[in-house]
Amino acid sequence: MAINLQSQPKVDTREPVINDFAFSVATKNGSGSQTSNNVLVMSLFRMGIPVNGKNLFPSNIKGLPTWYTIRASKDGYTARKAITEIVVAYNDGTATEDVANLPPGGVCITTDKIARVIKQRDDISYYEIPVAKLMRQTDVPSAFRKLVENMTYVGAVAKLFDIPLDLIYDVLLANFKGKEKPAKMNHDVIKLAYDWTAENIEKTDPYRFESMDGTTGKIMMTGNDAGALGAVFGGVNVVAWYPITPSTSFVDGIINFRHLRQNENKENTIAIVQAEDELAAAGIVTGAGWAGSRALTSTSGPGISLMAEFAGLAYFAEIPAVFWNITRMGPSTGLPTRTSQGDLLFTHFLGHGDSRQLCLLPGNLKEAFEFGWKSFDLAEALQSPVFVISDLDLGMNNWLSDPFDYPDQPIDRGKVLDAAQLQSFIDEHGKWGRYMDVDGDGIPYRTVPGTDHPFSAYFARGTGHDVMATYSERSDDWVENMHRLRQKMDTAREKLPGPIIDDSSRSDIGIVTFGTNEDAVREARDWLANDGIQTDYLRVRALPIASAVGDFIHSHKSVFVIENNFDGQLNQLLHIERPEDISHVRSLALGDGLPMTPSWIYENLKEQEG
Amino acid sequence: MPPRVNQLGLSRNEYKGRPSTLCPGCGHDSISNQIISIAYEMGIEQHKFIKVSGIGCSSKTPAYFLGGSHGFNALHGRMPSVVTGALLANKELSCIAVSGDGDSGSIGMGQFKHVIRRNVPFVYIIENNGVYGLTKGQFSATADEGQFLKYYGLNEMPPIDLALEAVISGASFVARSFSGDAKQVRALLQAAIRHQGTAVLDIISPCVTFNNAETSTKSFPYGKDNEVPLHEIQILAPDYVDAKEEIEVGDYEAGDVIDVEMHDGSFIRLKKLDNDHDPRNRRMAIDVLEQSLREQIFSTGLIYYEEPRPTLADTEALVSTPLARLDEASLRPSKKALDSVMRGLMAG
Repeated sequence: MAINLQSQPKVDTREPVINDFAFSVATKNGSGSQTSNNVLVMSLFRMGIPVNGKNLFPSNIKGLPTWYTIRASKDGYTARKAITEIVVAYNDGTATEDVANLPPGGVCITTDKIARVIKQRDDISYYEIPVAKLMRQTDVPSAFRKLVENMTYVGAVAKLFDIPLDLIYDVLLANFKGKEKPAKMNHDVIKLAYDWTAENIEKTDPYRFESMDGTTGKIMMTGNDAGALGAVFGGVNVVAWYPITPSTSFVDGIINFRHLRQNENKENTIAIVQAEDELAAAGIVTGAGWAGSRALTSTSGPGISLMAEFAGLAYFAEIPAVFWNITRMGPSTGLPTRTSQGDLLFTHFLGHGDSRQLCLLPGNLKEAFEFGWKSFDLAEALQSPVFVISDLDLGMNNWLSDPFDYPDQPIDRGKVLDAAQLQSFIDEHGKWGRYMDVDGDGIPYRTVPGTDHPFSAYFARGTGHDVMATYSERSDDWVENMHRLRQKMDTAREKLPGPIIDDSSRSDIGIVTFGTNEDAVREARDWLANDGIQTDYLRVRALPIASAVGDFIHSHKSVFVIENNFDGQLNQLLHIERPEDISHVRSLALGDGLPMTPSWIYENLKEQEG
Repeated sequence: MPPRVNQLGLSRNEYKGRPSTLCPGCGHDSISNQIISIAYEMGIEQHKFIKVSGIGCSSKTPAYFLGGSHGFNALHGRMPSVVTGALLANKELSCIAVSGDGDSGSIGMGQFKHVIRRNVPFVYIIENNGVYGLTKGQFSATADEGQFLKYYGLNEMPPIDLALEAVISGASFVARSFSGDAKQVRALLQAAIRHQGTAVLDIISPCVTFNNAETSTKSFPYGKDNEVPLHEIQILAPDYVDAKEEIEVGDYEAGDVIDVEMHDGSFIRLKKLDNDHDPRNRRMAIDVLEQSLREQIFSTGLIYYEEPRPTLADTEALVSTPLARLDEASLRPSKKALDSVMRGLMAG
């Protein structure tokens, strides 16, 4: 079927746009679009084009709308773009809106069936694929037909924007773990659509891919996989968890990488328990940390709620354990598959009583890996739970990265006394008590069960203990303990990963952010610089904040705190931590369920800065 | 005269903990005492044991026994998860855990059943008194239907039978006892410590302050007058087993004695009383519990026993060294391994 060109824009005069545009793919979930989108992203990655794919999906399993955005950027910008130039409108339910969102000159790739309803605009290019007709020409078994139907847009996109077919086949093979049969079945459909497009569609848009050298030596991975790999290299021993989007694939990652830690008899050094709920998962890691192993759980907001009581107990009993919070919109229902940075305050203050949980805030894939292993060293060195706050965007989407660096420090088990060390301690100090601070850093020495020494045992409980871990309800015992815990927090401030700072522009304007906003902020800063507005930059990577964060705020006349939550939670925290420095600090917070865009930052900062 | 000592040269005093803070005469203190006695008699090495509990009067008791063992007073109803983690971290540890009827029968019912499902090997003692003590006398879920308590009036809910719940959940060792029956508690504790699976001991342990009226089935007077032991219990440790045949069976006829062989080679010798209960028969175990509930018979003894399933550590196929003691070489794969993973993720 030839396309009706009467209402097409005249595009011959437009300059070609190469490797610098974005797609939005609208499909129905459960239709196999995950595979087709992955194939597109991985193909661009293999063409050497910096690319990022983001899955924007509602909480349904089958038949309802889902979107996937793919951004190619020759300059290496991989933040989400607010507007995509191209839409693949394969879902009749959302097609009208999907097309309405296109900018003038945009492109709509759709099925012939949907096209009848949505061809109202004359300022964009429509390409119609006769999906049903093409599928009738394939010999795909009927059981698979619905699942490979989406490969028709892969074929059309490959032809229209120049993605080599043989490269797509290689990606398919990798996707199906080397199995030729499913790779070929999918590829046949792609080729059919490719050939049909070549014969029947006249290209009227300027967009095109071209192989380049932008991804050589780089990897693509999800943040959950990166964190899981980090945990495996960090010596995780006990994993307890309960399924919850978007953290489930974190534990899937540990399961996939567990073999790296098996011995020659295929025996495990990592136990993985799917608990009955997140509360039990928190209990299991607390027990495992107390007994001297490296324990981890991964969850999201609702699970963090259930873990609150154990988090508080572990904080006061000073038990190391690692908790990953792959943040999504809270609370439980409504937007559970949308990204957010809305758990920052909740997680940092998790627990009843005066608790301040240690938090690590990875902003990219490399940090997800690094904090994956480092979190155990920090938890054991500081004898405390450590929360790694990631989000759905980093956790579940494919990110481009340099390969990960092998851990640059040996494993740090912290101040654990074995029987001989315990004896030396007693010889030196006259006695050992679980909560004695002999080093002045607020960090006591601990023993673990199984230590063969007559004085190794102690009784762990939350509050109500003296330095010997003996039950005490004396006020002065507890106040003394709280002072020591505060000292420990101050030790932690400078021991946790410090902020990333770029103050090279010596600007009066400072931008403070955390986590996955990094890419959007970086791009927005470049746009602002083009307009003559220079900015300095600080990305917070841990809580409680290091003194360098306060110094940065103090040394800039105008500070914007950019974050992906509605209330400006990092901004609030800075008010708590540095109340004397804060009058010139403004919050730029947006919690809309989507990854941050450079355009939102650019527009709002520019407006505020005047 | 020097104090008597056990095979490790330790006196019974060395198995004690700190002084109890429970009400004088509390049934729970009696159970703590039996734990101390058994640990002393068996000559256990305290550093190889942990003691864990939830919250409540019962859960305070681990502070009062085995002062040489690491202890953890955790959260209300959440002892099982802490035990699960600790025993995965170090599978060489043994664990005596104490819970109560509020802790296991209400807030912790989920963890109670799931720890059994996973077959975490430990002694799970429920000190069951049918009442919340620390919060001043509310009914618990195991209280008798129709019971009247001063503070809360009439209990119109039927009780949950925790021994029955344990059998249904797949526990391989389930016993019921009475804290006033020290001899039976000691025998069951000995067997439970040797068991390679979750061993549930539901011990009726009267609250002398809030629930000790004669009309309560959880009271001392009721227990003393109404306990119906299913059998007399004797534990034959592995080192005695060769001499098993010679051990005095007493006045019992052959057939009136059941020897239950345990995983570690020891035997639980049950001398029959007025009934035919065979704890190796799951149907009989359920029947005896249901009949006891229906007819308010205070049956005690080893309710159910089966050869334990693989423990959680077995199911996880863990290395032989406890996870908590692995060295750096076992905890961190090589740089080569990381590079190999990275290469697999590259564009080409």
